[in-house]
Order: sequence, then C-alpha cells, then structure tokens
Amino acid sequence: MDLLLSSLSILARWDVLAALIIGSVGGVIIGAIPGVGAAVAIAILLPATFSLDPIVGLTALLGIYGSSMYGGAIPAVLINTPGTAVNALTTYDGYPMTQAGEGRRAISLAYSASFFGGIFAILCLILLAPVLAAIAPMFGSREIFLAAFLGILLVVLAHRGQTFAAGALACFGIWINTIGLEPIAYSKRYTFDQSWLSGGIDLIVVVLGLFAISQAILLLVEKDSAPKTEPVHGALFQGFRELLGHKRVATISSAYGVVMGMIPGVGEFTAQFMSYTTAMRTSKAPEKFGKGSPEGLISSEAANNAVPPAAMIPLLALGIPGEALTAMMLSVFYVHNVVPGPNLFQNEMDFVVALYIALLILNVLVLVFLLFSTNLLLKVIEVPTRFLGVTILTLAFVGVYSLRNSATDCAIAAGFGLFGFILKRTGLPIVPIILGMVLGGIMEAKLRTSMNRVKEPLDFFVERNGDLRPVAIVLAIVIVLVVATHIRGLMKERKA
Amino acid sequence: MADKLDVQEPEKPGAMLFMIAFCLISVVLVLYLGDQTKFSAKGKFFAQPRVWPAVGVIGMAAFSAAYVLQRIRVQRTGEISEAFLWLRGLEYVAWFMIYVWAVPRVGYLPTTVIFAIILAFRVGYRETRTLIAAGATGFAIVLVFKTFLGVKIPGGAIYEYLPTTIRNFFILNF
Repeated sequence: MDLLLSSLSILARWDVLAALIIGSVGGVIIGAIPGVGAAVAIAILLPATFSLDPIVGLTALLGIYGSSMYGGAIPAVLINTPGTAVNALTTYDGYPMTQAGEGRRAISLAYSASFFGGIFAILCLILLAPVLAAIAPMFGSREIFLAAFLGILLVVLAHRGQTFAAGALACFGIWINTIGLEPIAYSKRYTFDQSWLSGGIDLIVVVLGLFAISQAILLLVEKDSAPKTEPVHGALFQGFRELLGHKRVATISSAYGVVMGMIPGVGEFTAQFMSYTTAMRTSKAPEKFGKGSPEGLISSEAANNAVPPAAMIPLLALGIPGEALTAMMLSVFYVHNVVPGPNLFQNEMDFVVALYIALLILNVLVLVFLLFSTNLLLKVIEVPTRFLGVTILTLAFVGVYSLRNSATDCAIAAGFGLFGFILKRTGLPIVPIILGMVLGGIMEAKLRTSMNRVKEPLDFFVERNGDLRPVAIVLAIVIVLVVATHIRGLMKERKA
Repeated sequence: MADKLDVQEPEKPGAMLFMIAFCLISVVLVLYLGDQTKFSAKGKFFAQPRVWPAVGVIGMAAFSAAYVLQRIRVQRTGEISEAFLWLRGLEYVAWFMIYVWAVPRVGYLPTTVIFAIILAFRVGYRETRTLIAAGATGFAIVLVFKTFLGVKIPGGAIYEYLPTTIRNFFILNF
C-alpha cells in the first residue's frame, strides 16, 4: 500500500498528467498517420524531453510508445495501410471486414482488443514486480553481458531471411559505438585524426538520422499520395461485448505479447505472428483468417499492445533495451542520471510502479479519446505524404540541433539519414544498428568488469567460493539453444 | 494464408549493390584496425581498446561477405536505377544542411517558415492553400519547440538589427 501511495505521489503532478495526456493523444495521432510512426516521433521529441524531469519526459515518451499502435489500427482497418509497421497483420482481417461493410465493427474490435492487451500486460507486470525485484539483484556484470549478448543474437536471428544483413548492421552499430576516445585507456579509436570524431558519435544523432531524416527523405523522394477515407458511423462500444465472446484468443494473444515483449530483441512482430498462428490453429473457423476473422483481428491487436509495457521490463530491470524505441528511452534515463538496472528495482520501486500506473492511465485515456474522435483522426490520415516529409525534415532539425547547437551533429545525422533512406528503399533492417550501438556499449563495459573477476571460462558461471551463478548458467544455456535451434531450422529449410 | 504469414521478404532492388559496397568499406576498415586502435602488451585481452572495434569491423566484413556470397547468383534487375534514386536523396540532405546553415544567421522562425514553404514548392505543391499550410506548420513547430518548450536554439544574427525593445523577445522566443 505504501508503495502504491508513493508511486501515485510521483504521478500526482500537473506536468506529469499533462505529459501523459499530450503523449497519449499525440501518440494516437502519430500512429494513425501512415509513414510517421512512434520511432520518428520519439526520435524528434527525445532532446526536448531532456530539459524535463525524468518522470515527465518518460511519461510523454511512454504515452507515444504505448498509444501509437491504437492509432495505427485505424488506417490498417479502413484503408488497408498500417499506420505503424506492427499493425501490418491487422490489415489481414480488418480491411476485409471494412470491405464487407463492417468497418465500424472492425475498428471497435481493434480498440477493445488493444485495450485488453495493454491492460492485461500492465496487470501482469504489476503482479510480477515483486518477483522481478527479487530476481534483479541476481544480475551482475556477467549476467548483464550475457543478457545483452542474447539480445543482440535474437535481434539478428529474428530477421529471418536477412540474418546476414542484420548481423552486418548490428556489427556496424557495435563499431560506431566504439568510435572516439576509449573510456579506460583514453586511446583514440577510428577517429582518423579528426577532432569532430574524438567525442564519438551520439546515439541520438544516429537515431534521428536513421529514423526521422531517412523517413523524411523517403516520403519526399517517393510518389505523393493522400489516402481517402470514409467516416465511421455509429457508436464504437459494441466491440467490448464481442470481445467477451473471444476471451480465450484475447488472453492467449496478450500473454504472447507479454512474454515476447520481455525477451530483448523479439518484440511485437514475433508476438503478433505467434499469437495469430495460434489463434488460427485453435479456431473453429480457421478458413476465415485473412478474410475478415474477428479472432484474427483480436489476436493481432491484443498481442501488439501487450508488448510495450512488457518491453519496459528488460529496460528497467537490467538496463537492456529490447528494441529501438526502448533504446531511445534508455538515453532519457542516462541524461537524468537515472541508471536502469537491478538497483532501480531494488531502490526505486515506486518509480517503476509509477511508470506502470502511467501506462495504465494512458490506456484508459487513449480508449476514451478514440471512442469519441475516430472520425476526426481520419482527416489526419489524409495528409499528403510529401507534405509529411517536409514536416518531418523540419522537425528533425529541432531534434538534432537542440542537442548541442552543432552543425556537425546535423551533418552526421543527415549522413545517417541518407544511409537509413537507402536501407529503407532496399528493405534492409535499421533496428540492428541501434541495438548494436546500445548493446555493444553495454557488452564492452560489462565484459571488462566481469573479466576482473574471471580467471578461466568456468568462472563466468561459478563464484570463487564455489557458489553457482544460476542466472548466468540459464542465459548461457538459452544462448546455446537459440543458436542450435536456428542452425537446425536452416538445415531443415535446406533439406526441404 | 501461409504465404501471408511468411516473414521472409524477397530481396529489393539495390540491396545487393548496397551490401557489396558495405562489404568493401568494411574490408578497408579492417585494414585500418591496427592503425586506428591500440593493443598494449599489458592488460587482459577483453580489456584491450582494440577488441570491440575488431568485433565490429570483422563482423561487418564477415556478415556482409556471407550475404553477398549467399545471393550473388540470383538474377536481378534495377540495381543501377535504384542507385540513381539514392542520389536523389542527396538533394534533400543538401536542403537540410542549407536550413542548418541559415538558422543561426537568419533566425529560427524566419528560416523555418521560408524553408517549409520552399521545400513544399520544390516537391510539387503549387496551390496557395498548401503553401500557406506549410508555412503555418513551420510557424507552429517554432512556437511549440522554441517558445513553449524552450529548446536550446540560438537566436539569429539578423535579430541584432531589430529595435532594442523587441530584440530580446525575438532572441528568446523565435
């Protein structure tokens, strides 16, 4: 009870509530615009949040992160264009329902499934918090190194069919992170005697280039389009009643979202695909999937909305981001000297619970906003894509330049913008670069610390007094299993 | 339905060209490893400044080479036309850098409004309504970020020519 009151007192401030409202409403609007997405918005807003209190900045970013997928469902259902990439599966069943004249039913179901997924995940994590607080101290340098390594491994392997490209780009991220003055021996690495490289390359500059500027260039170069939408008539509450008839699908899909969200490097896509295939396999009407199945729509939306709260777990408990958006949020923590990791769970549990309560409130806020303003959002979807490109490029400047008023940062960001544009055009993944940068830094620091206490390889898993390090052993086994499963899958594919 | 659920995407034009260039640059970076990083005789291997850059560049070279070797025999078209399209992206990088150059001189508000209108014109919008909307969007961005959120963007040198009574106001807010 004391913990709850303490957490509520952190949130009971006008600026936190304002950030929550602006973040969640802004997130829905951004999510609803195809071609923008939460990553672009968070990248642009990151530097602006640095001048705010950590809880204010984080609730604003959490608002965008947690609500963008709600908004992304609207164009996915109504015009067959996902607002955010993770709403892609929603088009499979949402759009056929719209074509069959059931647009209102589909939108209503998407909202209720998203809400169910979000609330389910938050409740799971609030209940899990004491367990996590007990486990978190078992993570020392060795375990965090292994968890970061597992994260990068999963990110690479999750890009099926592009594993080599993802590996190359993750290593590129690791390399970028090493540029500049090395922090222990103070020797220069890959600076080529250029003073502007001595300080290294800032993560936020790279993020803004790869996500915001690249997206602006893409929208400006490609053909202009302005989607046309039809207004949704009638109330949108019926979806909740229909969802009750599909409790099992909603619960299983949300559970997939929670589990996949907690594993670094896995995230929404895997959660969605797994929950969708499970729903299809266990459905009484699997033939309807892809043709307007309510179960398909529920499984997709419940799973993707359950991921954001769960993805905060590795970030808060271990300081390990599982995907690009949480990697961006990590920088907000660092700027405010709040170091996520086991100590945060042990010493500032009220802060952690406050973040979860904020997520809970934002889900309610978003739902209320959506139930009454869907038709208003349809106008936003109709903004022409090149106009969006102009706006994003203008906004990207604020993000980069406000960091330290450096034209060099802007040039670097523009360079990464062009790089990201090429990656997007060629369909190669961007996320491994960001995770390579963040997790590469963590791996270097933690391995170096670990090695002070490790004389031989077995010391990684056994203390000098003979005590086992169970978490390190489990992580090592999981790493071996992941690699073995991947190799086995490849061999099966070759045989087939 | 099964094909819809397949997460593997076919290779898009330009991917091979990009990965070949990426591989070549990675090999050059590997060759520079000894020159650009240090390895001292003392100290543990994993604490050496060279280790992680080596992991990065060798990984880049190895993975990109594997990608190229795995797919080199696939017939593909449109690589060169795609490369020309990448060059079109350079134009917008140039626009962005002109904007960056102009802000400390002309001021954030005037530069942003002018930039948004000119860029909107450049990408094909000719209707007055759209151009006004672009200018208004630029104005709104300045208002939100500089005036209300107070992000650190210096006032333009041009503001020095404003009358004293409004100079500070402009430097602080626009």
